[in-house]
Amino acid sequence: MEKIKKYSKVIYILWLRQLKRYSRSRARIIGSLAQPVLFLVAMGFGFGPIYQKAGGGNYIQFIAPGIIAMSIIFTAMFGGMEVIYDRQFGFLKETLVAPVPRWTIMLGRTFGGATVSTLQGVAVFLIALIIGFRPENIFIAPLALVYMALVATSFTALGTAIASTMEDMQAFPLVMNFLIMPLFFLSGALFPLTGLPKAIQIIIRVNPLSYGVDGIRGILTGQMHFAYHTDFFVLFIFTSLALAVGSYLFSKIEV
Amino acid sequence: MNIIEVKNLVKKFDDIIAVDDISFSVEKGKIFAFLGPNGAGKTTTIKMFTTLLQPTSGKILINGFDPVTNSDDVRCSFGIIFQDPSLDDELTAFENLEFHGVLYDVPKKIRRERINELLKIVELESRKNDLVKEFSGGMKRRLEIARGLLHHPKIIFLDEPTLGLDPQTRNHLWSYIKDMNEKEDITVFFSTHYMEEADRMSDRIAIIDNGKIVAEGSAEELKTKTASATLEDAFLKLTGKAIREEGANAVDKLRKMSRLWRR
Repeated sequence: MEKIKKYSKVIYILWLRQLKRYSRSRARIIGSLAQPVLFLVAMGFGFGPIYQKAGGGNYIQFIAPGIIAMSIIFTAMFGGMEVIYDRQFGFLKETLVAPVPRWTIMLGRTFGGATVSTLQGVAVFLIALIIGFRPENIFIAPLALVYMALVATSFTALGTAIASTMEDMQAFPLVMNFLIMPLFFLSGALFPLTGLPKAIQIIIRVNPLSYGVDGIRGILTGQMHFAYHTDFFVLFIFTSLALAVGSYLFSKIEV
Repeated sequence: MNIIEVKNLVKKFDDIIAVDDISFSVEKGKIFAFLGPNGAGKTTTIKMFTTLLQPTSGKILINGFDPVTNSDDVRCSFGIIFQDPSLDDELTAFENLEFHGVLYDVPKKIRRERINELLKIVELESRKNDLVKEFSGGMKRRLEIARGLLHHPKIIFLDEPTLGLDPQTRNHLWSYIKDMNEKEDITVFFSTHYMEEADRMSDRIAIIDNGKIVAEGSAEELKTKTASATLEDAFLKLTGKAIREEGANAVDKLRKMSRLWRR
């Protein structure tokens, strides 16, 4: 009992640290909103007429949930990879010698990063509303937070796991181009999943982000490819796995 | 009773042997100085004590626990002031201290008292709510020291704590440490390049060079053994007069390089 109290305090203070850092860097907040807004406007309005003509309906309505998911996964992966900055600036050592198991440190960081990413997703949702996105049922819409939070947590944990094995930011472009980008583009965030070539379908099925996009889209617009429980189940398993692997790799860090 | 026990400790980074089969022990409640030229292996040894690095071979016991197998118990036993920066620049001075206090489970009342007291000692009270990124190098160093003393563990590791401090702050710092040592029986394990400091403060000294312990004993014993008037002379006689490569960094660089080659 005593231990649980102590551990939750540690998780809380690390969570708080991530939030404070985020709220203090206005440039980062604005910077990370610019990209999703650009996607929303350029893609949404650019492909809108064609999508409409093909019988898909309103494209903004379709991609807004995808772009929300995109902003979450980008922020989450970056947030997780902050471990590298902390390593370079030395602060990581301070947390690594703390008198608590290292998984508590990892959880605190991850929950902090996940909260930040979820907030980022909510901000994109609000911007989408201004651009013309209309959720099917505004009272059900908050349920999307469940899927958003799962995506945020799993990808922050994944970012932490990757960063735990890296010394500096040099390998970051690799992660960006070979992991984050493919995950996003092959998730159904930008296009419907029906009638795709078999190979692409398989890739989309093994991409955990597809289920996040699907869950968020299902709740916000009623359009779905999988099912709520499938999405939840897959995301839940993936999140647990990412947290487990992330904690393990984080606890093995040497500085 | 020995609170630190080291037996045949070895640390290799690929081909470089940073710590080469060292054995020694530190008695509980003593102030122990760990001296050596740059790159001798001091920081590497401290990192292994504090669960930040895994030894290649050999055995360490910190407060009776092995850092390799019981790292959580070891971490509950010590506090450390690092040689290089480890503050969060995006937080204020107070937040850095508060964060540390929570992390180390210092009860709120004591925590606030100590934060105020320590900020006074390092003369940063007036800057308490400023972001650390606005601080000068010296101020950061002082804050770091205040943070390291915020909780009172069984052992405190100080890796060149007084480097770059003015004599006033150094004095305050040592009287605080001495006080902790006497009143709470806290073992102090420190490294320094100031021989006069080691002479004055320590009960016992070990000198490490090229990864090996070359001498061990009290300051007096080392002086007698080498027939020197000062500890500085004794140190030079034991380790030679050649200037060393910039130590830990050189090893770090080599480590990085060898990693690159492996890829």
